[in-house]
Amino acid sequence: MVQLVDRRRPIAALSRPGKALLVNSAAMTFTLAFRNLFHDRIRLAVTMVGILFSIVLVAVQLGLYLGARNIIVSMIERSEGDLWVMAYGTKNFEEGQPISARERFTALSVPGVAKAVPLIVSFTDWRKPSGGATLVVVIGSDAEDGGLRPWNVVEGDVSGLGARDAVIIDKTYLADLGVNNVGDTAQIGASRVRISGFTDGIRSFTVSPYVFTTTNRARALLDMPSDMITYVLIKLEPDADAEAVRSILRDKLPDSEVLTKAEFRDRSLNHWLFATGAGVALIGGAILGLVVGTVIVAQTLYSSTKDHINEFATLRALGSSSGYIHRVILAQAALSAVLGYALGMVIALTVVYLSERTALPIVMTPSLAALLLALTVAMCAVSALSAIGKVMRIDPAVVFNR
Amino acid sequence: MSADGTSTLTEPSLASASTHVVLEARNIVKELGHGARKTRALKGVSLALNAGELTLLMGPSGSGKTTLLSILGCILTPTEGTLTIASHATAGLSPEALAGLRRRHVGFIFQSYNLFPTLTAEENVRIALDVRGERGSDAVVRAQRALQQVGLRHKLKSYPANLSGGEQQRVAVARALVGAPSVMLADEPTAALDSENGVAVMQLLSEIAKDTSRAVLAVTHDPRTVPFANRVLRIEDGLIVGEERRAEGVETVHQLARNRKRKANA
Repeated sequence: MVQLVDRRRPIAALSRPGKALLVNSAAMTFTLAFRNLFHDRIRLAVTMVGILFSIVLVAVQLGLYLGARNIIVSMIERSEGDLWVMAYGTKNFEEGQPISARERFTALSVPGVAKAVPLIVSFTDWRKPSGGATLVVVIGSDAEDGGLRPWNVVEGDVSGLGARDAVIIDKTYLADLGVNNVGDTAQIGASRVRISGFTDGIRSFTVSPYVFTTTNRARALLDMPSDMITYVLIKLEPDADAEAVRSILRDKLPDSEVLTKAEFRDRSLNHWLFATGAGVALIGGAILGLVVGTVIVAQTLYSSTKDHINEFATLRALGSSSGYIHRVILAQAALSAVLGYALGMVIALTVVYLSERTALPIVMTPSLAALLLALTVAMCAVSALSAIGKVMRIDPAVVFNR
Repeated sequence: MSADGTSTLTEPSLASASTHVVLEARNIVKELGHGARKTRALKGVSLALNAGELTLLMGPSGSGKTTLLSILGCILTPTEGTLTIASHATAGLSPEALAGLRRRHVGFIFQSYNLFPTLTAEENVRIALDVRGERGSDAVVRAQRALQQVGLRHKLKSYPANLSGGEQQRVAVARALVGAPSVMLADEPTAALDSENGVAVMQLLSEIAKDTSRAVLAVTHDPRTVPFANRVLRIEDGLIVGEERRAEGVETVHQLARNRKRKANA
């Protein structure tokens, strides 16, 4: 009798319970996907490069977009104004036009208005001590009014703005402004200014540094008439109805525009990010990264599937459902996504770290990291479609023709 | 041959009352290609596979062996005719339903083994259970048992690249066997093997065919396989043209093996 069964060891002894058995019991779809992926290291490397490129590009573009958003809205967000009174057609914070200072007193007479604080904002030239000039944005606000004070002051003090010729600038722009230390002097228009303090991290989207000072000194530096200001920041009473107050203000200030803080923030964002095309370019770059990543991953997944087509045909011949084969390909795509994402995030976070001290830092938030993971998984899932299409066209009869 | 072109052996080759039929094909016609290139690969084939029997399907190249095997295994659908596997009629079933029938009732053995190169022997067997939704420790034990049945318990963790051709084919047999199918279909199972391994695989198949719940059909043109069969069907030009029942078939297998061994030793 032919010995078909190897009886040297009992069958029960073949399986060792415990960890090994658990590993053995893992879904074969995942095992097959994993082995297919790692079987060809060169193709795996190409896939990883594709995903890495895509993730880093998208992370940088969206990180820049978020960074730009933060910078654009920082002044408006930091202000204490619930409502902003400004010249009609003001497009953004930096480019406000002068309005009469009387608007402030009119506003104060409206019920529900707790405070009406003047704010002066305007571009002007900064003359460096060593020669040459650069454009800056002068912000005039009185500390005691609490309208818009400099924050993150790392040297000097806001109260120091009361001193003669005092201004506060951000450390990011020391080289641009040609100064190094507190006490250094420069010139705005025909007037001398003296550095009384430094902030850290107050950046300008226009690349023109902000120069904080008092309202009176701002008027002097900007050669602005004493009865003119740029904005009136309205602080409402705690129980005031913002819409009702705004309605009255609109009636009483027919020559000015009254916006809520959120409206002015959105208007500034729309102007800088979309009217100028800067945001479109950033978002466009992110979309381009996704497209390129999708194409690379799709190409490598397709070619991997093509290489393993006989195995998929065998699976089909063994009676596997379409769903089973889809799961193998999708598991391969998901593995690529997770691996590529992990490596991509390491590079992206390094880039974020390196950009921290620049004029436009790249921002990475938990939400953005989660979005990137979702985009990567979606990108790989979309990439898998071409491979799934290829497998669905398999004639299982090819298993007999090899 | 009858007037309508179907095989004259149609009725005689169907099941006798005393045997358990697990697969029955009636008047199978298969047309391949379209338009002017359309050809009739099968011209009305009828046959039944009985449980507990190893049947060989022999014929020259282009006679329709593989096409018939594909139809019997629900991989191709016939242009005409009916097929019943384990009491399930296949007519009108969707590709997914046919895949389900294959999954539950058919085991395949391929000429080129068709093992997954990235999976171990045990995993290659286990995947046949996995596609049926059978997972966990029980599936592992069953896969190991199937490999033990084909004498490969010591190769559980070996990859196909590290197995000989004969061992690879035995893994393929274990993969076909593990799901306990009603029908096992083998396509030229010995074609890629040397004489010794070919005999070993045929011995395996004849032993498997002894299971009274299972029928085994092997497509072959290898005359060395004939002594292992209970029955030999001959196909030519898309028709079954001969049937030989070998009452002594299985009994002689072991004698043949002993004779070969004796010859080799001599």
